[in-house]
Amino acid sequence: MSLPSDLATLTVAAAQDALRAGELSSVELTQGILDAIRAKNDALGAYLTVDAEGALRVAADADRRRKNGEDHDLLGIPIAIKDLINVTGQPCTCASKILQGYVAPYDATVIAHLREAGAVPCGRVNMDEFAMGASTEHSAYQITRNPAAPDRVPGGSSGGSACAVAGELALASLGTDTGGSIRQPASFCGCVGLKPSYGRVSRYGVTAFASSLDQVGPLTKTVEDAAILLRTIAGADPHDQTCLDRPVPDYRAAARAGSLRGVKIGVPREYFVEGTDPEVMAQVRHGIALAEKAGAEIHEISLPHTEYAIAVYYICATAEASANLARFDGIRYGYREVGPEPSIQSLYDLSRTHGFGPEVKRRILLGTYVLSSGYYDAYYNRALKARTLVRRDFLEAFRHVDAIFCPASPTPAFPLNSTVNNPLQAYLCDAFTIPANLAGICGISIPCGRTATLNLPVGLQILAPAFAEERLLSIAAACERELAS
Amino acid sequence: MKYLVSIGLETHVQLKTDTKMFCGCRLSTEDEPNTNVCPVCLGLPGALPRMNAKAVRYTVMSGLMLGCEISRYAEFDRKNYFYPDMSKNYQISQNGHPLCIGGGVDIPEDGREGAPMRHIRINHIHLEEDAAKINHYARHSGVDYNRCGTPLMEIVSEPDLSSPDEAMAYLLKLRQILVYAGVSDCNLEDGNMRSDVNISIRPVGQEKLGTKVEIKNMNTFKGIHAALEYEIARQTEILNQGGVIIQETRRWDGDLGETFSMRSKENAHDYRYFPEPDMLPIELSEEQIAQWRALLPELPEQKRVRFCEQYGIPAYDAGVLSAQLPLANYFEAVIAAGAPAKSASNWIMGDFLRLLGAAGIEVTDCKLKPETLAALILLVEKRTINMPTAKALLEEVFPEGGDPEALVRERGLAQVSDTGAVETFARQAIEANPKPVAEYKAGKAASLQYLVGQVMKLSRGKANPKLAGEILARLLAE
Amino acid sequence: MNANASASDIDVARICELAHFCLSEEERDRFQKELEPIVAYVRKLTELDLDGVEPTKFGQPVSNVLREDIVEPSLAHDTVLANAPDADENEFRMPKIVE
Repeated sequence: MSLPSDLATLTVAAAQDALRAGELSSVELTQGILDAIRAKNDALGAYLTVDAEGALRVAADADRRRKNGEDHDLLGIPIAIKDLINVTGQPCTCASKILQGYVAPYDATVIAHLREAGAVPCGRVNMDEFAMGASTEHSAYQITRNPAAPDRVPGGSSGGSACAVAGELALASLGTDTGGSIRQPASFCGCVGLKPSYGRVSRYGVTAFASSLDQVGPLTKTVEDAAILLRTIAGADPHDQTCLDRPVPDYRAAARAGSLRGVKIGVPREYFVEGTDPEVMAQVRHGIALAEKAGAEIHEISLPHTEYAIAVYYICATAEASANLARFDGIRYGYREVGPEPSIQSLYDLSRTHGFGPEVKRRILLGTYVLSSGYYDAYYNRALKARTLVRRDFLEAFRHVDAIFCPASPTPAFPLNSTVNNPLQAYLCDAFTIPANLAGICGISIPCGRTATLNLPVGLQILAPAFAEERLLSIAAACERELAS
Repeated sequence: MKYLVSIGLETHVQLKTDTKMFCGCRLSTEDEPNTNVCPVCLGLPGALPRMNAKAVRYTVMSGLMLGCEISRYAEFDRKNYFYPDMSKNYQISQNGHPLCIGGGVDIPEDGREGAPMRHIRINHIHLEEDAAKINHYARHSGVDYNRCGTPLMEIVSEPDLSSPDEAMAYLLKLRQILVYAGVSDCNLEDGNMRSDVNISIRPVGQEKLGTKVEIKNMNTFKGIHAALEYEIARQTEILNQGGVIIQETRRWDGDLGETFSMRSKENAHDYRYFPEPDMLPIELSEEQIAQWRALLPELPEQKRVRFCEQYGIPAYDAGVLSAQLPLANYFEAVIAAGAPAKSASNWIMGDFLRLLGAAGIEVTDCKLKPETLAALILLVEKRTINMPTAKALLEEVFPEGGDPEALVRERGLAQVSDTGAVETFARQAIEANPKPVAEYKAGKAASLQYLVGQVMKLSRGKANPKLAGEILARLLAE
Repeated sequence: MNANASASDIDVARICELAHFCLSEEERDRFQKELEPIVAYVRKLTELDLDGVEPTKFGQPVSNVLREDIVEPSLAHDTVLANAPDADENEFRMPKIVE
């Protein structure tokens, strides 16, 4: 096999083939990624920090491990890490000023899994501050551009992860998805983004936004690569009691064997309505038609409570976040400001007021409000019950179909600075990704052509029941093949 | 005007686990500050709580001991407030679905020994995490997170207690039962058992409870008693002067012996409880609860009754011996090692407890093995040694233990029960003490004891005193 | 839903107090204006009949995941204090707390 001059254009699977064949060392591969970052990051803004020396050291170690007979699909593969996942000795700012200078003293469980496999954490990628946002414009440090259209956002909150992969500054990356933060940026940038079922992947060491919704997942160039990463990071963790003890099947084999023959696909009518960009709808319908041609059965279905999902989400997620972000108080770590008359009160107030950006403050205020005395029943308790209805919609649908096909986002990537001043409008963009988080099911966005007018990437979202990642990856890989041919 | 007093207690009891409630850090009060801490204790970004199974089991066992109903479904909640002693700025506690509901304990009315019993109801028992320790210095404060995350069981009583003495009796009873169950040391010096109280008074004849005042910061039983006394007097005076009690939280200042309003801050809290999404609910099956019930020790009262019946010892002795589990176990171990129950009871109630008290130690720290005490008792029972010798031996082996039989052998302490030998000593004693002999013969019975003493002296303490008395009496009657 | 709860009764000053933000009046007004339409939007849930519907409080319907009471290593002491904005060799320091 002949290697491309730009190693960052490789898939994980292809790079591993070259490593195994001895055509390439991990040090060379990692250096290739570092070169690509140096060449493109100023323009795209995907990475916040890169520890070149550390990455090359881990890469050299991976090469040694291979010489000693070790083998793993990720041995020696550089991976970009969203800046809220803790890696010992590296910064973990969550794109927030409040964690400027913080050095993580421990590894997240997903990082421990990557290390065991021999993967190389090669840099910290940008995001919306504390994963709150859908454009990566809410980073305290820099904007990130969409590699497919540099005047547009990469989506968010894992915008840096998607940009790094789609812009070929990384082979693969890890992101997190609380309401669509993996799938939406993957769809905006034109790469694959997988949100595992709640409880599939450990959250230990992953800075929490909304604990009952957050999941870590891969952003990759292919479905097979996503399967490789998921297999490595999934599985029970004694450090996270919400991470369940279920077998981890060979996802890569499922992706390779991918087939659509006889697969029952549900197409929810609530996702193809006014408000969804017609060009996006057209692309997704084209993808569905290809699946049908490849042997899938298409059924129109209804998810009747879809329209309530955003309201449920913005109550539940902000309420949990208001408590999760209370720990950022300037006492044990992070930004501290005490003011002219130092007191514990002034320390809290000034550190938090000046440490958090406006979007994070907005969500903390909303979450505090919906939990406050006199409002709990009206908002929070109501949202928990409505969440049950959204969940039931999917349970009911999956009694009849194997998977659900829909757009990942109602629109393609929007221009920079177009939603910052209208928070509610920005929140409504998450309509198609939020329901999967509320229901705890798994979902993936795969590239599905481009819009006719502006040539912007469109993502086809595929949803499957909780812990049916094997099925999801098989269907997604088959669709990817159909769409490529 | 006469007032009725209603007191309720919220008692925090530290559970006797090896590790903290939500992480594997060691529980210890003796280590250097901030050494038993991890990402969970420090509330680092990404840290997650992991429930300690033993803390749940101990709480359920406590509930079973206290007659509570055990919840088949329990949840944890986040209680939100900012304070540097709580690293996450929320406390994981239980608000809506605690582990135990209802229950109660019986205490003697007004805490008086022997008074008729009153039932004090428990509202519920829940499990929560303890806070860190804040130290105050001249110009700054410092936090040590070693204690942060210690499992605390909070036992919330109904306002059924009607005097400070009853509050004491209630706390002593709780402590007795929990120590019995082995779920806590309830060591007050170490802060293992801390209570917040609420208290209201109302005129006699009024049904509705008066306005409730909460008092915090009482570290000792004595402090609670004093704070309650003070607060009753304060509230009585206000009502007598036609004033109104304000519902508030007050702080006890032990040095000044007064309570002070904590005003603004405390009352401005809005805890915004909501279900803790990091912590899955606990569902308990009948089988599980039955399994834990089987682990429970006999309650103190049950044990007292059994001691009376099984060992035929007096009720008072049974009460003392069953009051603390280690002592009760010691008593039964002495019996198991062969000592007759009544002798075992007498020895423990008498010299053993006296020696413990003099040494200032607990039964659990005592080096004298129950088997050793039993051996000593048996030497007396078999008349190998006499009582004074036995008492002297006990003093000797109490501090470090030892083998009484070997000591008796080595030192030839076995008492002389040989009639011939004792008779020789008796004759010598009669010879040497004509005056007491004459007094005895004149009818002064007590003089015989003096002569017995002389026999003991001549035999260097080894004569069997009973035998000596018999022989002396016989010789003097001749 | 609470008939009295309406979008306009968000007491931003009070919520800021709970969340420990000190905002100027101007900033508070801006948040008030931004939060009102959001709160009005989430009130959409009043349309639903939720009587008898069980709340979903957790990510998956699972229970009884516990750990054994076994001691594990703690963090190294210097690591514990390494990120502290202010600390001495033992403790995290902060302005003196007056009770």
